[in-house]
Amino acid sequence: MSTSETTPPPKEIPPPKAAPPEKTKPPVPAFEKSYVDQITNQFSDDVEVEYIKENRTRVNVKKEKIAEVAKFIKDNTPFDHAESVTGVDFPEDKEIGVIYHLGSYTDPTYSKQVLALATRVPREENPNPGNDSTKLQSLRDMFYSVEFHEREIFEMLGVYFEGHPDNRRLLLPEDWADLPPLRKDFKNRGR
Amino acid sequence: MAEQVIPTKKMPPGLQVENVDDRIMTLNVGPQHPGSGHMRIIVKIDGDYIVDADPDPGYVHRGEEKMAESRNYITNIPHLERPVIHDSCNILYPYILGVEDLVGIEVPERAKYVRVIAAELNRCIYIQYWLAIYGIFLGHSTMFMWPTGDRELLIDLMEKITGARVTHAYFIPGGVRNDVPANFEDVCLRQVNYFEKRIKEYADIFYDNPILKARTEDTGVLSREDAIRLGTTGSVLRASGVDYDLRIKEPYDVYDELDVHTNVLKEGDSYARSKIPWLDMLESCNIIRQALEKMPKSGSIRKKLKPNPKGRNDEVYHRVESGRGSAGCHIISREKPEPYRLKLSVSSFRNLIALPYLLKGEKLGNMPAVYWSLNYWPVEADR
Repeated sequence: MSTSETTPPPKEIPPPKAAPPEKTKPPVPAFEKSYVDQITNQFSDDVEVEYIKENRTRVNVKKEKIAEVAKFIKDNTPFDHAESVTGVDFPEDKEIGVIYHLGSYTDPTYSKQVLALATRVPREENPNPGNDSTKLQSLRDMFYSVEFHEREIFEMLGVYFEGHPDNRRLLLPEDWADLPPLRKDFKNRGR
Repeated sequence: MAEQVIPTKKMPPGLQVENVDDRIMTLNVGPQHPGSGHMRIIVKIDGDYIVDADPDPGYVHRGEEKMAESRNYITNIPHLERPVIHDSCNILYPYILGVEDLVGIEVPERAKYVRVIAAELNRCIYIQYWLAIYGIFLGHSTMFMWPTGDRELLIDLMEKITGARVTHAYFIPGGVRNDVPANFEDVCLRQVNYFEKRIKEYADIFYDNPILKARTEDTGVLSREDAIRLGTTGSVLRASGVDYDLRIKEPYDVYDELDVHTNVLKEGDSYARSKIPWLDMLESCNIIRQALEKMPKSGSIRKKLKPNPKGRNDEVYHRVESGRGSAGCHIISREKPEPYRLKLSVSSFRNLIALPYLLKGEKLGNMPAVYWSLNYWPVEADR
């Protein structure tokens, strides 16, 4: 009886774990940094470097400045075409991200490089594609190859591209009357 | 000039009521027309000449990107190869490289060689299929029969490796799904040597054929500057004189240990665009022979992966050279077993922008020669 009432010996406090060895950050690749610096020097207030990895860099731009930055890149760096345009929905931030991946065919030293030019536009709770605040300036004048990619983002996420001559549906049926399907609030049936 | 319609009248969507000219006729080519694939091209013709072309893809849109957001990294594998089942290894390749990057896993050396061999075999299978279609739509039915038959050689070979004839789902993060069978090297070498001998014969019947040359040379010429400006890729780009092949420019897996040559032509016409894939097949045979020689004879073919792996909080963009051109995969990951967003940047979709550009000013009869020379696969473009 008495034994059961005795308080159990206090648990041994494990010795504090040794702090994990500080991860040494990999050195920032110099070549990649050089062309990103060109952009940041020109637009110091409006751009923010997200990452500089080997062969892959990403620069976040304010949405008002996207066309200006793209024009600068087109004129001053060897990036000459857009490979891909990704639209991402961020419902928590009430924003929709648009990421342009730019590449270069003309300069062999840049053939491995992919520069991601990213921006975010406001997201509407009840979207009305083309007639709400989800708008962005088109980069078609600078990078002609974004034409179909931007049309796809328009129908899939509802981002209207100002200055794009042809903001029509591309892949979806003509009578699609639902939410833009790549928004997170569009649910797959059965999922 | 006819009177303008009353502006308040509601017209059915898509009906063109303004600027209608008697000379201009609008034709719908597709989406059920065998000459267009699962795609509609709205062409406006003035007499025999195309004055405007508007590609309308989307008839086989399956929402692969949306589907990928609700499946984990492993169950995403089989459906992501469906856009191009004939080239399933290559379309899956960038996704697998991206997942390996995100979960941080190394691939054994032997698996890398097996992957390269499988990818090159699959490239040949795809190009043979495309070549068959290109042949039949130019009215050359022998060119339909020969590649379709020779393609079976390599399909049998892929069946021996992967267990499936067309949709392999063979690559997995960390390696390949199963090892190649015993005495695979000998069988593969024999088949590939015979295959190479066969495709060299295509020159006599097809590529040196004066009728083919008359139909395709100087039709749909894409200049070097425009190929770059339009952001085209793969055979379309290399036929216009731009030396850009990701197997050389950005080697993945073991391509940097192999002696890879790229094929570049300067003409930029339909003939050059149709010749590049054929030259690529010959190059693929070289790569396969080298890889067979250098491949470690034994060893692990995959590294075991934790069940339901989670990606780190990051984004990756990987690309490979598929049978049609650069295939990219952009994955945004949020420490969950499913990708937050997955984007397939496929070459057919990128090359599509060249179609209206090339068709304008061509004769309607040249449309199949131009359209199929773009190495376009409608299902891939729609995703």
